[in-house]
Amino acid sequence: MFAELLQYLLSGLTIGAIYALAGLGFSIVYNASHVINFAQGEFIMIGGMASATLTASGVPLPLAILIGCGGAMLVGVLVAKFAVERARNASTVTLIIITIGASIFLRGVAELVWGKDFKRLDAFSGETPIQFLGASMQPQSLWVVGTAALLIVAIALFFNRTLTGKAMLATSHNRLAAQLVGIDVKRVVLASFALSAALGAIGGAVVAPITFSYTEMGIMLGLKGFTAAVLGGLGHGPGAVAGGLIVGVAEALGAGYISSAYKDAVAFVIILAVLLFLPNGLFGKRGTERV
Amino acid sequence: MPSLFQTILHGRLTGLLVLGAVIAVLPLFLPNNFYLDIAILAGFNAVVCVGLNLLIGYAGQISLGHAGFFGIGAYASGVLAGNYGWPPVLALLAGAVFVGLLAFAVAKPILRLKGHYLAMATLGIGIIVSIVLRTESGLTGGPDGMTVEPFRIFGFELYGEKTWYWVVGALLVAVVWLSLNLIDSPMGRALRAVHGSEVAAEVVGVDTARFKAAVFVLSAVFASVAGSLFAHYAGLITPAKADFFKSIELVTMVVFGGMASTFGAVVGAVVLTLLPQALTVFQDYQQIVLGAILMATMVFMPKGLLPTLAALLPARRRA
Repeated sequence: MFAELLQYLLSGLTIGAIYALAGLGFSIVYNASHVINFAQGEFIMIGGMASATLTASGVPLPLAILIGCGGAMLVGVLVAKFAVERARNASTVTLIIITIGASIFLRGVAELVWGKDFKRLDAFSGETPIQFLGASMQPQSLWVVGTAALLIVAIALFFNRTLTGKAMLATSHNRLAAQLVGIDVKRVVLASFALSAALGAIGGAVVAPITFSYTEMGIMLGLKGFTAAVLGGLGHGPGAVAGGLIVGVAEALGAGYISSAYKDAVAFVIILAVLLFLPNGLFGKRGTERV
Repeated sequence: MPSLFQTILHGRLTGLLVLGAVIAVLPLFLPNNFYLDIAILAGFNAVVCVGLNLLIGYAGQISLGHAGFFGIGAYASGVLAGNYGWPPVLALLAGAVFVGLLAFAVAKPILRLKGHYLAMATLGIGIIVSIVLRTESGLTGGPDGMTVEPFRIFGFELYGEKTWYWVVGALLVAVVWLSLNLIDSPMGRALRAVHGSEVAAEVVGVDTARFKAAVFVLSAVFASVAGSLFAHYAGLITPAKADFFKSIELVTMVVFGGMASTFGAVVGAVVLTLLPQALTVFQDYQQIVLGAILMATMVFMPKGLLPTLAALLPARRRA
């Protein structure tokens, strides 16, 4: 009974950690540019595919992850520079379509480069399950949760302790004011895309041994990440992390106790229920609109 | 004299006549049923897009879940007319009424949301619908989809591309006529006020919640009716017709053609239905080209195709 519950919680936290990273990516980009980047899931895919295919051709794992991460960051910056920045003043829905166009484009390129089949990446430290209070856990789950936790702490330090991070925060609060005190807001937007791409790609690499890598892996992961970000309140970093974990755990519980066929629906049912009562998410600002 | 192009854009009746004329002569230029089939698909998409454009372009609300309504309509016809032997017309109406009620029930709480939150909520509804259609395989045939009975009315059976072409053409003209009238009605003015500034609209006494809900319901019902007829025409429906990508495709058609332009929505639907067919020559590069075209159009023509082209013509202020 308890072991079963613990089992679901553990698998929920594992996948929730990836949603949290993706959600954090959505929030960082949203704060810098007020854009919802629907290509966020493709960064996860790039990370997963690059590390799986590179290690298969003999590149050491850490280097493979690094290359995947660098590649995703470059792609992120290019998307920001050539698509999003140019359409600065376009409407919300236009910007959404631009990032969706980018995600279709990236999936097309990925299919061309890597093919359509599933790629396998070996678990980082073996597959012997760890027994824990009656539940068993793949060692890779620890890698996922640990990496996500480290990244989240690093992001928090980055935003609170470094000048670049503070400049990005300032831009999210007031773009014009930030510009007036000499912050290059265009570079902030580029940096935010690079940062969210890095988060996605590393997340994709550590989760690849569990989910396999394929060119469409980013679609649902990205949408769930968006759900996490909205659940926590768009632009609210800790909220996105909490949102990701909530979505992951709820999904695992739903799959375990209710119906595994409806696993993917759980996240969206939750978000609809929450938005009915809290139109700005769990931790979002309840500010009034200035007319 | 306004140019023909501007008349199409701004004149209510002339535009409708031009549309009707194009639909009437088009079959003469389509060599075989393959092209007729594409024209029919474009017509179905156009019907949904004209409704969706009322919501996105005029009321300024996003929906990333309209394929869900299309799918409910399609499956209502498939299930009720097929499994339960209802007359197709009744099945279509039942689907439309159900979608209308569903849209009405979710409209008030959902349309309170703004921007990205609204996008999230409508996206969620669409995804839930497509997962239900995929999972309840006892009724819907699951991921493989289900076959649908032909459409029969008063003993006639609608059969073949030629017949369906005229049905869809007539439906499109009717839907365009309806929405053009709506836009020029007090409700249309109220909607545009909501788009401009919701608060300002409220201050001058527009019941914004009611109007937004009404147009949401209307656009959902358009999608449902199109879905029902599409199901009968195609004879086979799959949950893919209701999924996230179909929703995105519909929104893209509206924005690509030009938001807040009824004929823009029609043009967008036609162009983006043709595009994947044309892109098959690129084979493996198809997705790349499609993604690049979407990005480029939106970056360089953020207002969409028709309004951008219209702006290039010698300026004549709209009446």
